[in-house]
Amino acid sequence: MKILVCISKTPDTTAKIAFKNDGKDFQADGIQFIMNPYDEWYALVRGLELTEAQGGTVTVINVGTADNDTVIRKGLAIGAADAIRINKDPEGAWDVAHQLAAQVKGQGYDLILLGKETIDYNDSEVGATLAELLDLPYISYGNKLEVSGTTATVSREIEGGTETMEVQLPVVISCAKGMAEQRIPNMKGIMTAKSKPLTVVEPAAVTSHVTLVTHTLPPAKKSVHMIAPEDTDELVRLLHEEAKVI
Amino acid sequence: MSVIVFAESVDGKVKKNAFEAVTYGRKTAELLGTDCKAITLGKAENASELGVYGAGEVYNAGDAGFDAFDSQSFAAAIAEAFNQLGGTVLILAHSAMGKSLTGRLSVKLDAGCVSGASGMPTNSDGFQVPKSVYSGKASAHYKITSDKKIVSLMGNAIKPEKTGSASDIKSLSLAASAPLVKVLERKTVSGIVPLPEASLVVSAGRGLKDPSNWGIVEDLAAELGATTACSRPVADSGWRPHHEHVGQTGVAIRPTLYIALGISGAIQHLAGVNNSKVIVVINKDPEAPFFKAADYGIVGDVFDVVPRLIESVKKFKASH
Repeated sequence: MKILVCISKTPDTTAKIAFKNDGKDFQADGIQFIMNPYDEWYALVRGLELTEAQGGTVTVINVGTADNDTVIRKGLAIGAADAIRINKDPEGAWDVAHQLAAQVKGQGYDLILLGKETIDYNDSEVGATLAELLDLPYISYGNKLEVSGTTATVSREIEGGTETMEVQLPVVISCAKGMAEQRIPNMKGIMTAKSKPLTVVEPAAVTSHVTLVTHTLPPAKKSVHMIAPEDTDELVRLLHEEAKVI
Repeated sequence: MSVIVFAESVDGKVKKNAFEAVTYGRKTAELLGTDCKAITLGKAENASELGVYGAGEVYNAGDAGFDAFDSQSFAAAIAEAFNQLGGTVLILAHSAMGKSLTGRLSVKLDAGCVSGASGMPTNSDGFQVPKSVYSGKASAHYKITSDKKIVSLMGNAIKPEKTGSASDIKSLSLAASAPLVKVLERKTVSGIVPLPEASLVVSAGRGLKDPSNWGIVEDLAAELGATTACSRPVADSGWRPHHEHVGQTGVAIRPTLYIALGISGAIQHLAGVNNSKVIVVINKDPEAPFFKAADYGIVGDVFDVVPRLIESVKKFKASH
């Protein structure tokens, strides 16, 4: 089985979010960057589990500049066989999906996996866009994936429940919690990652239809109104009369 | 040129997120000086209600093939309806279904899209749409520069408003294509508002100590008509199902009321809930970081405070 896992670089989950240049750019100084957790914990690990059980290889692909190589090498350390980096600081989900499609089209991947969203822009857009560009079926928010021959059985989260579906490979699946468990790369993985192939390719010409104007931070919250533990009647009164939420 | 709203239906009924989307569509149409039309696919018994929330015209393509969801078949039908009806902006929900469609539709319509909009667009300096980013820690403001535009709307970002009257359903002749994805089974928890759509949420964390203690969480939720949720450690320990996990790596929600019981409020948890309108934190540790993000707080043992709070809610309901 030939599996492609699309990975993305994001600020660490505990990063303090701030912006510079009139809110246009993310303040990256002193921020630690990681592999987007959904890509790493669920898409990549499930891809590896499938190839370990059934044979095949996992390739990781990323759209980004050389700064991203650390994150890509981590993917190799966790177990991917090789990596592709499309050399462009992407403009957004549309750009990423089009770059991936240009690279992946006709390469014969059976399964294209990615996280359900990135934890920075939370668009959840790349998977469906990529599937459309490749004319493939797409399942979002998969939390269970089994492959038997050329048939994939996938469960996914829907509002208030789950749905189980069946689809023929090739297919694009975005991965959510439940799909697999995080893997910490071992020393052997880290050592071999250095010598695994990381191919850098030039980007395709893509024009985006969306421009980012600015970022804003939420207004500071007014200080908390503390209520005595005995006085739950007062809390209910405030929720009704002051906050008007019940 | 019209604003077109794709109104989601499930089990033959238009969903709450469709009424939000139509309200958003009607307001967007007013901003652009045009009209708002809603489309439904498959069985949608209560589709005429979309008129009440501001759709000038409501359309349905009743092909039974649309009763099961397939992103390819749905995207093709929505794109065709959008073009037939002279669409300029397409609005849909940023839901499980919407997230499978927005990207496809952006390619089909060659349209710029903003996924997960958190507020109304503005049109004074191009068509700009705000959305919440960094899991709720900031907002980004995007300008869509293409002629056709797509906005998917975050749940609870706007309150459905009744402004019109029930409308007749016009028929759209669209056929569903054979689905490549075959749905084998759908399991939903009935009678409970799904977490992403819930206005009231009662959530609990490790402070509850053991899954056998969840009774008080469920009792409080039942008394308020709220949906239950939990923190990551609780879902990871298998105390509660994963779909109840709210936070950065779980579900991001924006209810009107979020009550946190025995949750310390790690930054990753806050990321999933800090768009809630009102946050109540009950925790025995006065240093719990969650108090800084709360509107109302009680320092106390949840096992002592929550049963009393349930009684207070009962008393309140009896007198209102």
